[in-house]
Amino acid sequence: MNSKTADRIATGVFVAIAIIIISLLVGLFYFILVNGVKQISFHFLTSPSSNLVAGAGIRDQLFNSFYVLFITMIITIPLGLGGGIYMAEYAKPGKITDIIRSCVEVLASLPSIVIGMFGLLMFVTLTGWGYTILGGALALTVFNLPVMVRVSEDAIRTVPRELKEASLGLGITHWHTVKTILIPSAFPSILTGAILAAGRVFGEAAALLFTAGLSTPRLDYSNWNPFTATSPLNIFRPAETLAVHIWSVNTQGLIPDVKEVANGSAAVLVICVLIFNLLARTIGSLVYKKMTATK
Amino acid sequence: METATLEKPDAMQLVQNENILNVNNLEIYYGEKRAVNGISMDIEKNSITALIGPSGCGKSTFLRSINRMNDLIPGARAVGEIIYEDLNILSPQINVVALRKEIGMVFQKPNPFPKSIYENITHALKFSGIRKKKVLDEIVEESLRKAALWDEVKDRLHTSALSLSGGQQQRLCIARTIAMKPTVILLDEPSSALDPISNGKVEELIVELKHDYSILIVTHNMQQASRISDKTAFFLSGDLIEYDKTEKIFTNPSAAKTEEYISGRFG
Amino acid sequence: MERLAPAKDRLLKSEKNWMNGEVRGKIIVFLCAFIMIAATISITIFLGQKGLQAFIKNGVSLIEFLTSKAWNPSNQPNPLFGALPFIFGSFAVTFLSAIIAAPLGIGAAIFMTEIAPSWGRKILQPVIELLVGIPSVVYGFIGLTVLVPFVRNHIGGLGFSLLSGMIVLSIMILPTITTIATDAMSSLPNSLREGSYALGATRWQTIRKVLVPAAMPTLLTAIVLGMARAFGEALAVQMVIGNVSKFPHSILDPSATLTTIITLNMGNTTFGSIENNVLWSMGFILLVISFAFILIIRYLSSRRKF
Repeated sequence: MNSKTADRIATGVFVAIAIIIISLLVGLFYFILVNGVKQISFHFLTSPSSNLVAGAGIRDQLFNSFYVLFITMIITIPLGLGGGIYMAEYAKPGKITDIIRSCVEVLASLPSIVIGMFGLLMFVTLTGWGYTILGGALALTVFNLPVMVRVSEDAIRTVPRELKEASLGLGITHWHTVKTILIPSAFPSILTGAILAAGRVFGEAAALLFTAGLSTPRLDYSNWNPFTATSPLNIFRPAETLAVHIWSVNTQGLIPDVKEVANGSAAVLVICVLIFNLLARTIGSLVYKKMTATK
Repeated sequence: METATLEKPDAMQLVQNENILNVNNLEIYYGEKRAVNGISMDIEKNSITALIGPSGCGKSTFLRSINRMNDLIPGARAVGEIIYEDLNILSPQINVVALRKEIGMVFQKPNPFPKSIYENITHALKFSGIRKKKVLDEIVEESLRKAALWDEVKDRLHTSALSLSGGQQQRLCIARTIAMKPTVILLDEPSSALDPISNGKVEELIVELKHDYSILIVTHNMQQASRISDKTAFFLSGDLIEYDKTEKIFTNPSAAKTEEYISGRFG
Repeated sequence: MERLAPAKDRLLKSEKNWMNGEVRGKIIVFLCAFIMIAATISITIFLGQKGLQAFIKNGVSLIEFLTSKAWNPSNQPNPLFGALPFIFGSFAVTFLSAIIAAPLGIGAAIFMTEIAPSWGRKILQPVIELLVGIPSVVYGFIGLTVLVPFVRNHIGGLGFSLLSGMIVLSIMILPTITTIATDAMSSLPNSLREGSYALGATRWQTIRKVLVPAAMPTLLTAIVLGMARAFGEALAVQMVIGNVSKFPHSILDPSATLTTIITLNMGNTTFGSIENNVLWSMGFILLVISFAFILIIRYLSSRRKF
């Protein structure tokens, strides 16, 4: 075969691959949104789920997803930021730094089901809590922390060296420079990274199966005292999240309208993740502008 | 600063050639590589000392060792002495944070913090414990006036420092250094990134500042060195080739290498 | 003001300087970083200890566990603990999905860097990012509602099969492979391309003979990372693979993987029983294999040329 023809065929193949991938995405979104959006109604979003009858909603699952995410981020962001600061600013080349780096790599690549099993041992059995929101959030922390450490480290490393020198040159201590110059300058990228990570946490299910559980107790949304059993804010109660709900209605559900509920839930889940992505793209530069231009 | 000088006998002020820094056999290494080869020189108080020489000659390395900015570079190490107020500032016992308050530095590229003009100046002041709004306001005005920037920015102190022009930014950097009331100011090619007009303003400012501060300036610009400095040191490959009064260096240098460099034959 | 103090008092380090926020800050951030080490060690120890109990305490034979095809933990009085079908299933879906996803992912990377660097990237990059964003249960759900009936009606078998698992996984690992392969291709120095074109090579010849070989270690890293993700994925596969403990004979047979059996049975067995303990042994295998993937990736990155 002539090399020109081969070149043309190859180009055709690459274009075809690109088209396949794009149509795959279009197909997936078309399926999720077209089938799902018509299931979404005010009733669907605000009524509790049922194990037996049709026409139930996803109120508790939706709340649980956001609440577990919230608790996870409250734990992960400070720890991840601290770890990132250490790696970017204090870690000297050497054994300990290498070990920490390897551990970040290991944790980042662990299958989430393995993290779920660890969570089951550690935060469910060993602590005696049973299935809890806190246990789920801690398992998700193991899953999310390496991401936050990397995000923070990269963000701090990209702060121009000149800014750090300026601050140190004025007789400001290293730690104060970190707090007042490096973190604020790195904040927009850290925020972007954190929101993207939040999208990933929001869709995670495997790590939650054995830690936050597959059920939600009856919740009383007028009770905002986190120390009572029926309060939605109680972190020591089991909580089925939206992602887990999609799995459980499909594999062990008894309700007659599995398809409808799953379609609707999948659409809600994907829309939420899309919003996280969109926020991540816009909010970082917005915050940066706000921080530097005015005030 | 004022109180400190008042405390000393007036006669001291009149003695010319009082030294603020004495450098003895200073060697600086980056890992195994030696960047500065055992230099010795005395820096005069209240005067401008220019450090000139081709790129990589060790002048910036030397300058950055005076307020221990080289500590930030992994593997950098200095041997010898830089005596300031009877202390060797290279000693590990020195509190570098306190040292940098007294020996301030202005960098090659203007590097204001991404904060307001006002906050750029108060940032370090607040850290060193000055919290009263009135005192801060006074210091901001005073240092911006000294840096000849006050009239240009007094109406927009709370806008971002990044909205200033390059020359204004550099003067702001000088202002925030002055605000700390240092005794020595180190300038690392402060006007190389600026246009000629801004450069002129910065130069005027530096000459003005020598009444209150002792100034060391690294520059690539020979005209700048000859215009503003009192003494000039010529560095080449980590050696101090010649150090003398600026007129002497530029009119009748002793070393052949110096002559070649200032007449533009290399560098 | 402070200048009145003698230079010694101003400039020398003192106890007070040592105990200020500087040291405290450093300790705090070090502890945050140290959590990484603590978490890794405790995961390894906890899962290792728990994973070995089936062999040490319950007397399950390690050889039987790794090599026997017979799995029936509730067969009294002779429970059978052959995990080979699941180990095989895990490796099978992993390799099969990599075989599909690798050419597509690398092809997409080449499309973005070599064929249409300007607009191709602008379109495909967000597409890939959106694919990453879809949660794995959603992939599983779509697999269950679209792919499984399609396979059943048009290809054969029950639909729940190795084939379905492999297709779902290949879509899921496609973004991983594409992203890293794109980085690999775009970090190649332009001199390579120019040199090849200057010799009169066509674009395809340049890609095949110069660019792909040069980027090979990183392209392999991309594939191995994709495989690591496929190996550990649980719910999406579990929803489409059928979860039978028999050894599959064709890709249309239903099958099971380590992750799917754990997912399915962990909640249905009593904590501490033999049936439960062998699940932990499977979890430990997952952990060991993911360490192995990391070692392979390390080896590959040490061979990176660009």
